[in-house]
Amino acid sequence: MTNSNRTPRELHDATAQTPQLSHAEIDDSVTSRREMSGLQSALRTQPFWVLVAIIAIGFVMSMISDVFLTERNFFNITRNFAFFGIMALGMSAVICTAGIDLSVGSLMGLSGIVTGMVMQAGYGILPGFLACMATAAVVGLINGVLIAYLRMAPFVVTLGMLAMARSIAMVVSNNKMIYDFGPDQDLFEWIGGESVFGVPNPLWVLAILTLLFWWVWRFSTWGRWVIAIGGNAHAAKLAGIPVERITVSVYMVSSLCAGLAAFLMVGWFGSVTNALGQTYELNVIAASVIGGANLMGGVVYAFGAPIGAALMELIRNSLLLAGIDALWQQFFVGLFLILAVLLEQIRNRGGR
Amino acid sequence: MSLMALDAITKSFGAIHALQGIDLVIDEGEAVGLMGDNGAGKSTLMKIVAGNFPPTAGAIRIEGREVEFHKPIDARDAGIEIVYQDLALCDNLTAGANVFLGRELKKKIGPFRYLDHGAMFERAGALFSELKSETRPRDLVRQMSGGQRQAVAIARTRLSDPKLVLMDEPTAAISVRQVAEVLALIKRLKDTGHAVILVSHRMPDVFEVCDRVAVLRRGTKVADKRIGGTSPEEVTGLITGAIASA
Repeated sequence: MTNSNRTPRELHDATAQTPQLSHAEIDDSVTSRREMSGLQSALRTQPFWVLVAIIAIGFVMSMISDVFLTERNFFNITRNFAFFGIMALGMSAVICTAGIDLSVGSLMGLSGIVTGMVMQAGYGILPGFLACMATAAVVGLINGVLIAYLRMAPFVVTLGMLAMARSIAMVVSNNKMIYDFGPDQDLFEWIGGESVFGVPNPLWVLAILTLLFWWVWRFSTWGRWVIAIGGNAHAAKLAGIPVERITVSVYMVSSLCAGLAAFLMVGWFGSVTNALGQTYELNVIAASVIGGANLMGGVVYAFGAPIGAALMELIRNSLLLAGIDALWQQFFVGLFLILAVLLEQIRNRGGR
Repeated sequence: MSLMALDAITKSFGAIHALQGIDLVIDEGEAVGLMGDNGAGKSTLMKIVAGNFPPTAGAIRIEGREVEFHKPIDARDAGIEIVYQDLALCDNLTAGANVFLGRELKKKIGPFRYLDHGAMFERAGALFSELKSETRPRDLVRQMSGGQRQAVAIARTRLSDPKLVLMDEPTAAISVRQVAEVLALIKRLKDTGHAVILVSHRMPDVFEVCDRVAVLRRGTKVADKRIGGTSPEEVTGLITGAIASA
């Protein structure tokens, strides 16, 4: 067997067990990996390299387009990716447990319609918001219970929920658009569509949530346990971690992020149909993966979600400004997705 | 009074009798080797003591008191820690994080509680040096050798200051040099007053660190002898059935 087709683990074991290699040599190799400055450890993360790509694309675009660096264009880019970024934060948590949540797009449609119907009926914005989040929480709870307690495959459960949530959105909305949001219509549209200090409100929400998730992944027991479950669920269970309960909560977090994104997006659009969020699940998963989430689980970066979402929106915007046919959009998003994962694999082979 | 006494432990899985009337006594600071061929019932017995599942019949007594374990945490609370054969570590976390997994140390600011990484790394480092292991708390487990992984799994058992440590084939999957390291770790446990049950296939390991050896064959105990009063040849005979019992 040559070195190239062996997994890093096999390679490592081979090294660790080769008698010719002295203790000192092994220790040296471990030490050199460990003692890294903050910058060096940042260099090893996927979000860092995606950020470099964003800056590079931004630099090129500012050369070839007069419009790119305008305030208006930036406003559009940042608002557009905020919704995906918010959902990708939740998706990253799910992917960290080696799961997947395909239902987020349909859930946007359902919770958006529920928000619209509650507000249209004359209830204020707070009942509308609570109904939106409660809908999301229930969907996440169902996903989580089926996956954690009945041990069903996340792909299948959330694929089923993708179909069911969309269908229920169609049924309850009677397939009609809602554009009347009752007494709090203005406030509702301001929250989703306007800005504070020149920054779109959804981007504020994304920024706050990103910092919150950063704290959660770094300093909370819940975050630590989610990462542990992604690394080795069996070991986590034996260590006394309530694996099932934590898994349910992870799917609820993903759903709640989708519900929040729906609330903001409906406010921005000023209307909602049951088609809201259709196929968004794919963009959200792509943003998470570009941002460094590993489908094998155990890896999560809070900053990966917004950075991945930003890259995707930047590609869309750049193609538009560069005058390239919009039909090419999905091609480039797909290309970057594959390149991002390829890059990560190459780095891991070199680094371990 | 003995530290732990197993009293006529029987376990059946449907029609299969995995264990039949096993008695086993272990004293403080004593290391007992548990040997037997594949399917003899060693793992089943360990899992019962570790609280993975209850016995069909029989009793477990800790310091004379009868206990019932419904899940692994119950056994841990009673002072029994287990080092699993696959070590049950999370590769994607640091050694320190693994030691404290499920028992994280936290700091408090007002109503907020957050992980105290500094204290956990420091304490884990102290545990590793107590074990005379060169494992570094901030290294990822993924990057570690088999011996270092064992040290992490063993260090974890010492957080609760257990009375009894169960070790399931700790030397099965590691290189010769690392075996010596792990055996030294087991001796350290004994020296600090911990009782150890060592499940192993490897005769030299059992004869090096254990005070006694118990042999299981087809779910029954066929021997329970002091190491000084037996020989590897006799134990081999007991395991294979060439010697009926002793």
